Amino acid sequence: MRAHLLAALLAVSPLAIAPTAALAVMPDEVLKDPALESRAREISKELRCLVCQNQSIDDSNAPLARDLRVLVRERLQAGDSDAGVLSYVTDRYGDYVLLRPPFKAATLLLWVGPFALLALGAAGTVFYLRGRRGAGSGGDTTPLTEDETRRLDALLGKAGPGDTALGKEALGKDGV
Amino acid sequence: MRRLIYLLPLLLFAGVGVAFWYGFDRDPKIIPSALLDKPVPGFELPPLPGHKEGLSTAQLKGGVTVVNVFASWCIPCKAEHPIITRLSRQEGLTVRAINHKDKAEDAIAWLNRNGDPYASVGADLDGRVSIDWGVYGVPETFLVDREGRIRFKHVGPLTPQVVEEQLLPLARELSRG
Repeated sequence: MRAHLLAALLAVSPLAIAPTAALAVMPDEVLKDPALESRAREISKELRCLVCQNQSIDDSNAPLARDLRVLVRERLQAGDSDAGVLSYVTDRYGDYVLLRPPFKAATLLLWVGPFALLALGAAGTVFYLRGRRGAGSGGDTTPLTEDETRRLDALLGKAGPGDTALGKEALGKDGV
Repeated sequence: MRRLIYLLPLLLFAGVGVAFWYGFDRDPKIIPSALLDKPVPGFELPPLPGHKEGLSTAQLKGGVTVVNVFASWCIPCKAEHPIITRLSRQEGLTVRAINHKDKAEDAIAWLNRNGDPYASVGADLDGRVSIDWGVYGVPETFLVDREGRIRFKHVGPLTPQVVEEQLLPLARELSRG
């Protein structure tokens, strides 16, 4: 019984979800020509609603979004190409209405920025790792002076020629 | 030289800090106008019933004009109305209006109640001309120069600060030059 109910719910759910996705587009806006209508829907998804900013005009219930949806359909019926409709709207509202910003000089940082940062990070990592490997092999470190060697040996408890006072003290404690 | 690399995170942090400092100060609702420095769109709007003049492209040439987009249903429009009135009555500017998606009788009642500082009002019932002007929220105010080009746009209610610091200096400059 429960399995049946679940199966029924699963069968119904896509139907339940599908109409809500198209809720913003009112029946009176829909064009009779299905090909034109589907083009209008695709274009509407590219255009930002300027009132609610992160919704497309296809999603938004704002009055301006509705006006723009109607406008898009009118332009299509007038015979505009998809690009023509988009440029009609950007001529009035600027590139900001496009949810996918165009690639041009002003948006270069936006498009190239993340890749530039990645490259910078990679270069930094390579540089850092190389530097560490160099330090490990002792490539460019200056060797200890004679005095430093003697003091180090004394501290490590090794007797050497010409022990310092510090060396003797160390030897006296735990050397014998 | 090697030491300088330790300054890098500090510099990066400073850079991010500066970006945020300016970024947080900006209102994401304000979108730069695509029409700035472009000629006003070609349009012709009928007058409100009982008024003589509407608004059309031809009226916006030959003198500096303030174009205010308002609606009777828009509360911020009422808030900025004394400032619009001042521009027209005291500063001697020509102020014309686009009445945005309004009922004619509501607009007339609103102007009777709050005063009518406009040289003429064009009734944009369906909001189509407003779209041509790139309007996305009322009130909006434009400054048009003598050649009929849009030189300034303000979205939202005008404030004394915007008027004193931006609109009036530019209007004076355009009237002189």
